[in-house]
Amino acid sequence: MPETLRPHVLVVGGGPGGYVAAIRAGQLGLDTVLVEAGRLGGTCLIRGCIPSKALIHAADRFADMSDGKTLGIAIDGPPRLDLARTVAWKDGIVDRLSTGVAGLLTRAKVRVVAGWAKFTDAKSCTVETASGPLAVVAEHVILACGSEPVTLPGLPFGEKIISSTEALALGALPERLVVVGAGYIGLELGIAFKKLGAAVTVVEAADRILMRYDDALTRPVRRWLTRAGVDLHLGAKIAGLDGEGRLQVETASGSLALAADKILVTVGRRPLVEGWGLEEMALDMAGPFVKIDDQCRTAMRDVWAIGDLTGEPMLAHKAMAQGAMVAEIIAGQRRRFDPASVAAIVFSEPEIVVAGMLPGEAAAAGIEAAVSVFPFAASGRAMTLDAGAGGGFVRIVSQQGDQRILGIQAVGHQVAELAGEFAHALAMGAMLEDVAHTIHVHPTLGEAFGEAALLGLGHALHL
Amino acid sequence: MARYVVKLPDIGEGTTEAEIVAWHVKPGQVIREDDPLVDIMTDKATVELPAPVAGTVVAINGKLGEKRPVGSELVVLDVAGEGNVAPVSPAPATPRPARPLTRPPPRAGHPLPASGEREGPASQAQEGEGQTAGANGPRPTGEGVRPQTVPRRADAKPLASPAVRRRAWDLGIALQFVPGTGPGGRTTRDDLDAYAAAPTAPAIATRAARDGVDEVPIVGLRRAIAEHLQLSTRHIPHFSYIEEVDVTALEELRAQLNATYPDREHLTLLPFLMRAIVNAAAAYPQVNARYDDEAGILHRHQGVHIGVATQTEGGLLAPVVRHAEALDLWQAAAELRRLAEAARAAKASRDELTGSTITVSSLGRLGGLAATPVINYPEVAIVGVNRIIERPVVLPGVRDGQIAIRKMMNLSSSFDHRIVDGWEAAAFIARVKQLLEQPAMLFIE
Repeated sequence: MPETLRPHVLVVGGGPGGYVAAIRAGQLGLDTVLVEAGRLGGTCLIRGCIPSKALIHAADRFADMSDGKTLGIAIDGPPRLDLARTVAWKDGIVDRLSTGVAGLLTRAKVRVVAGWAKFTDAKSCTVETASGPLAVVAEHVILACGSEPVTLPGLPFGEKIISSTEALALGALPERLVVVGAGYIGLELGIAFKKLGAAVTVVEAADRILMRYDDALTRPVRRWLTRAGVDLHLGAKIAGLDGEGRLQVETASGSLALAADKILVTVGRRPLVEGWGLEEMALDMAGPFVKIDDQCRTAMRDVWAIGDLTGEPMLAHKAMAQGAMVAEIIAGQRRRFDPASVAAIVFSEPEIVVAGMLPGEAAAAGIEAAVSVFPFAASGRAMTLDAGAGGGFVRIVSQQGDQRILGIQAVGHQVAELAGEFAHALAMGAMLEDVAHTIHVHPTLGEAFGEAALLGLGHALHL
Repeated sequence: MARYVVKLPDIGEGTTEAEIVAWHVKPGQVIREDDPLVDIMTDKATVELPAPVAGTVVAINGKLGEKRPVGSELVVLDVAGEGNVAPVSPAPATPRPARPLTRPPPRAGHPLPASGEREGPASQAQEGEGQTAGANGPRPTGEGVRPQTVPRRADAKPLASPAVRRRAWDLGIALQFVPGTGPGGRTTRDDLDAYAAAPTAPAIATRAARDGVDEVPIVGLRRAIAEHLQLSTRHIPHFSYIEEVDVTALEELRAQLNATYPDREHLTLLPFLMRAIVNAAAAYPQVNARYDDEAGILHRHQGVHIGVATQTEGGLLAPVVRHAEALDLWQAAAELRRLAEAARAAKASRDELTGSTITVSSLGRLGGLAATPVINYPEVAIVGVNRIIERPVVLPGVRDGQIAIRKMMNLSSSFDHRIVDGWEAAAFIARVKQLLEQPAMLFIE
C-alpha cells in the first residue's frame, strides 16, 4: 500500500492557475497539496508567456542595433547573434521565477508533490513520484492541467517540425523558418525570428491573420510584415512534406513548395484531457473542454476546474483569477467568476491590446455602439519612440446614450503596458467622461486613451 | 400623468424567476389600487400580484407560461401624480425592434439637447460635467431627476466597480436588480447598502414563510473543532459527575487577596481551581494523563499541564498552562490571561495549544447549573465550572439544623470510564471540593 495523503484541497497542475489556487488555499488555512509533474510555473512560465517575451525582447534589441540610421546611430558592421546565449539568458529568468513560485508555495504551507497524478475516481489519485507511488485522497480537487499545442496531421513534431516549446529553446537561428498558423503565438515568434535575422514565411489557412480581431486592428501588423519582408500566404492549405522536406502548400494561386530549416506549427492549443484519468472522474464536457459553471464547479461535487482546461480564452491571468476564486469558495466565501473583461495582448510588431467588446461584437449583441479612434500618429510620445508612422491607434467602443465604455483596443509600438489601464477602466464601469477627465500623463502613450475618450465625447484636443 | 412600472418582486430567498400563470388586466384597462394584476408562480407558491397604485394599464410584458426574472418589468401603468420612472419608460425586457436611440430620455449625467436646441457635442459635455457633480450620491426614487440610463439588457452586466461587485456576492445580492444612482446608472456602494437594508417585496407578504437554507462550509478552526470533538466522543466512553462546592470562604479569600495586592495580577477563581486540581491529582495520578488507546498505554504525567477552554471569535480553543504545579496563584493568573489573549488574537502558537494533560472548562458568568463537558482527547478528565449563586443551605453539623445563605458552585466533570473508575472520579472531585471549601488547605503541600 502506498502512503496516503489526505489533504483538504488537492491541486493538479502547477501552472499559473494551479499554483495561485494552491497559494490562496494555503493562505486561507486549507491543508493543500499541489501535484506537478514538470517544473512549477506551467506553460506560461516555462514554455510560454515568459520565455517568449524574453526572446521577443532580445529580438527587439537586436533589430534596434541593426537599424538605427534614422536616429543617427551607426555601428561598424552588422551585430552578431549568439542564440544559445540568448536562450541561456532566457533560461535564467525562467529558473528564477520557477524557484520563486516554489518559495511562495512553501510560504503558504502548500505541500508540493513532484510527479504525474492519475485519478482512479474523482477524489483519489496516485502520483508516481521519484520515491515511489503516493496516494492522495482529497475532499476538494482543483483540476488545472492546462493545455498543449495542437499538431497537424502529416506534420508530427520532431527535429524539423517544432512547436512553440522547441522554438523557445533553439541552439541556433534557423536560416529559413516557416510558421504554420498566423494566430498570436505564430506571429509573435515569427516576428521575433524575423527580427533576429531569419527568413520567415507565414502560412495561414484563413484569409486573415489574427482571426479573432477585426481588420482595422490587425492592419498595422500586416503592414509591418510586408515591410519587413515576411512572406505571408493566406487561404493556404498544408498538403504535407514533399520528398525533399519542403512544405507543400495549396493556395488559390497554385501550389507552393516552401523550403525550411524549421517548420513552426502554431495552429492553436487544446486542453490536456488525456493521461491523467479524466475518464474515471465522470465529469461533463463542453466540447474538448471540461464543463464548468460560473464558480468553476464541474459536474462532480467538490471537483473544480480552472484555466485552459475549461475553455477560451486560454490566458494565464484568467486562470489565476479563477484559481484564487476557487480557493476562496472552498474556504467558504461567496464568489463568482464574472469579470468585466479578460484583456488579451498580442506581442507582435506592433503590439495589440484587446479589452472588452470589439465593435463587431457590440453590433452582434444588438448594442448601438459608438467607436472613437485616436491615432498614434498624433501622439508626441509615439513619435519620440519612432512609432508614429506605424498606423497604430487607441480605439474605444462605447454605448450610445449613456457613454458607458464597452471595449478598448489598441495597436501600436509598446502598447502592451496600456492593458492594465484598459482593464481597470472596464472593471470600474467607466464612462467616456471618466477617462476623458482623468489627467493622463504627458508625454505617454496613455494620453491617446484619454484623447480617444474626448473624441467620443466630440471634442478631442489633439486631432 | 406619469409612468409607473410594476416589476416582478423578489418573492423569497433563492427565487430568481417566476412563471406567469394568469393575467388579470390588459392594456387600456383602468384599474384601482390593489386590483389583481397578474398571478405568478414560483416553484414554491402561486401568488397574486396586486396593483400598488391606481391607473391605466399601458403595457403588459410576458406571455402566459413564460418565466420572467425577478426585477423584470411586468406592467406599465399611466398614473396620476408621480410615477416611479422618468416620463419615457425604459424599453420592456421583451425584444422589440430597435428603438431609435438618438434621443434617449433626459438624464442628469448626460443631458442631450431637445430638438430645436441641438448644440455642438463639446458644449453637451460641458453641461454634462457641470451636472454630474450634483448627481453624485444616492437620490430618492420618484424625484424625477434621477439619472435614467439606457435600459439595461437582461443579460447585460451591472455597472459597478469590482469592490462593489464583491460586496454584492458576499451579501448574496444579484447586482442587476440594484438600482444604480452613479453616473450612467453605476451602482455605488451606497446603492448596494441601501438595497440590502430595504425590506424586500412588501407588496406580497410581510410574513411569508422562509424556505431558504444557508450552506455554511465547515472549514478552518470550526472544522478542526468538529473533528476533534467527534474523535473524542467516538473513542471515549464518557461519564459525567456533578458535585456542589461551597465557595463562600474561597470567595472571601479571593476578595481579600485582590484587595490586599491591587498591584498584582487580578485573581479569578480559575487559579484556585488549578491549584486544587494540582494537589488532588497528586493523590489520583490517573486523572492527569493522556491515554494512547491504539498503543494501549496511559501516559501519566508528573507535571500538570492544564488546558483552559477559551471561546474565541473563530471557535473553541484550549490553550495550555504548562506546569501548573510550579506556578503560584498570581503566576497562574498571569499565564491564563496571556494565553487567553493570545488565543483570542489568533496568535497562540501550536505549542501553546497542545499538550495538556487535563482540561478545565468555565463559561464564566453564563456558567449554567450543570454541564456534561466533552473530554479533550486523548486526556481522560475535564473539570467544568458552573455559575456561583447564593443559595440557602442547611449547614452541616449544626444541632437542630440551621439555614444560611452561602455561595454555591457546581463542578461538572467528565471522565474516561476506560481509565477512571467511578469511585476514583468521586474521590478526586471530593478532594478538589475539600480544597476549595477550606482554601487554607490549598497552601499545604
